[in-house]
Amino acid sequence: MNRSLRPLLATTLIFLFAYMLAVSQQPAMLSTRVLGNFLTDNAFLGIAAVGMTFVILSGGIDLSVGAVIGFTTVLVAVLIMWLQLHPLIAFAIALIVATGFGAVMGAAIHYLKVPSFIVTLAGMFLARGGASVLSPDSIGIEHPFFSAVQKSYILLPGGGRFTVVGMIMLAVFACAIILAHRTRFGSNVYALGGSETSAALMGVPVARTTISIYALSSFLAGLAGVVFSLYTSAGYSLNALGVELDAIAAVVIGGTLLTGGYGFVAGTFIGVMLQGLVQTYIVFDGTLSSWWTKIVVGVLLFMFILLQRLVFKAAPRRT
Amino acid sequence: MTRPTVDLRPIQPPLPRPRPLAHFFTRPQVIALVAVLLVNWALFPGFFTITWQDGRFFGSLIDVLNRGAPVAILAIGMTMVIATKGVDLSVGAVMAISGATAATLVTNGIPAPVAVLAALGTGILCGFWNGILVTVLEIQPIIATLVLMVAGRGLAQLITEGYIVTFSDPLLIFIGTGSFLGLPMPVIIAVVLMIAATLIVRRTALGLLIEAVGVNRSAARFAGLKANALLLIVYTFAGFCAAISGLIVAGDIRGADANNAGLWLELDAILAVVIGGTSLMGGRFSIPMAVLGALIIQSMNTGILISGFSPEFNLVVKSAVIIVILVLQSPISARLFRRLPGAQK
Repeated sequence: MNRSLRPLLATTLIFLFAYMLAVSQQPAMLSTRVLGNFLTDNAFLGIAAVGMTFVILSGGIDLSVGAVIGFTTVLVAVLIMWLQLHPLIAFAIALIVATGFGAVMGAAIHYLKVPSFIVTLAGMFLARGGASVLSPDSIGIEHPFFSAVQKSYILLPGGGRFTVVGMIMLAVFACAIILAHRTRFGSNVYALGGSETSAALMGVPVARTTISIYALSSFLAGLAGVVFSLYTSAGYSLNALGVELDAIAAVVIGGTLLTGGYGFVAGTFIGVMLQGLVQTYIVFDGTLSSWWTKIVVGVLLFMFILLQRLVFKAAPRRT
Repeated sequence: MTRPTVDLRPIQPPLPRPRPLAHFFTRPQVIALVAVLLVNWALFPGFFTITWQDGRFFGSLIDVLNRGAPVAILAIGMTMVIATKGVDLSVGAVMAISGATAATLVTNGIPAPVAVLAALGTGILCGFWNGILVTVLEIQPIIATLVLMVAGRGLAQLITEGYIVTFSDPLLIFIGTGSFLGLPMPVIIAVVLMIAATLIVRRTALGLLIEAVGVNRSAARFAGLKANALLLIVYTFAGFCAAISGLIVAGDIRGADANNAGLWLELDAILAVVIGGTSLMGGRFSIPMAVLGALIIQSMNTGILISGFSPEFNLVVKSAVIIVILVLQSPISARLFRRLPGAQK
């Protein structure tokens, strides 16, 4: 079996093991209802984590995704409720704004030669600040389109609901897997993450790829914001606080190497599901407080970083 | 930070160490601070008024110093970390842990001095943990400290058992709100820490060694430096500084709020360090300038508050400041300014 697939396999096995462990404690967790809610509740995180995967694969980091999600929810709410636009038009505008925002960040990272983390930190401040300048208060969204989307789902056997939001997430993952592993852009991202200098010498368009990566990340964060607003029917500037950390954790748990150049989009999906599992288990248990989620996610993060270290430290000797 | 690039520019000779005082006042950070303070003065004519009351000074300027102290203390530790080409994202969470430790111990009847020492101890332990991850396990600093940033608030909640622990212990409250020689205690602590840290790094070889590790860790190791020991010291010191800040913040509100104590302050601290001219690429740092950076941030916060804008504008202004600094520090502007005397670098 391909050696490079091992971390992905490890993550999958750990997820299955953890799920079985959770089911043995709480038998009710083994139902399509819970699985359906898994997808719905983690949809925005999953979509944002896909963008983060590309950024981390290229050797960078994007701290602005949570803020962009928050900004998008406010922008969508403002466009629909104050300007009376149709939600689909509002979504389009919000996605264009988010993509442009990411492209500017990418350009700053490339042309100003500053670490991505400080540029996206500025982006995070700007997006959060911009959102609260637009409206410091939460805006509820009421529109027939919203209620129609929220009510439409495919009923799974066993009473589970496969919602539109969940479908969007799965579609994003499918597209991202193709984009990462089957297109020239994907190869460029991996090359850039391996070594920017070598990539440039091999003829990878570094400027265009960097800008596209951050534009893609912000576009997906914008899409996550749209999903978030569909999920909660509200726009609020403090929505999705700290989601960037959850997204980074999901990517790392999914087996993507933080130094860039190595990883799988599919792994990120499992990383998101594993976080969702921890959260759901804590809700099911009822006696544990919600902050255990943070500790468990922190421990998982640490374990997987350690695992990566061990796998990749051993690698050079064998080859 | 994560992209290795080949830099073939010749290394500029370092500036001579003992700079004349006039040089100090032409530094961009000082000019920026004076400009922000003057804007505040224009918005609020009583800004520079300082009164003496109940044995201590009062006034907006003192308030800026007082409110800026926690970030300034964080920035002192962060400066050293960034000088080694690292970053510590966990300081906000460590603040919450240290505040939670002190508050919980005191409410359980442990004497306050012991509680304070225990809080500082947990901070040191957290910093040491980060240091171990960075040195022994060789994890990138941003990710190594992310672990504690994610889990740290959970740990703080574990200590306080999910409550906001309030206390009325005089010593803890004194650390947050007391005064000494007419100045608020946080200011005194920040100044003492700044002077001590600056003396230690600049009057011994420690600063030079830290810079050496920041410029090139392997080269420093080959030159015989104990790079790992230095990194451990630096991260531990950052944890120690965060613990002090946590004590101040907890004393200020007379309680430990595990959710909100020090929230996003790591970003403010990094911003203060960057404003202070410390290079994120490592190897060049200045502790007093980072403290000045923290004061600039706080003056802007205060200015926005007294001008009647909503506090949300703070974030927009901060991002604008970062963008300006990034443009100024970038190679493009370095090329433009190279011929001007007294330009950046």
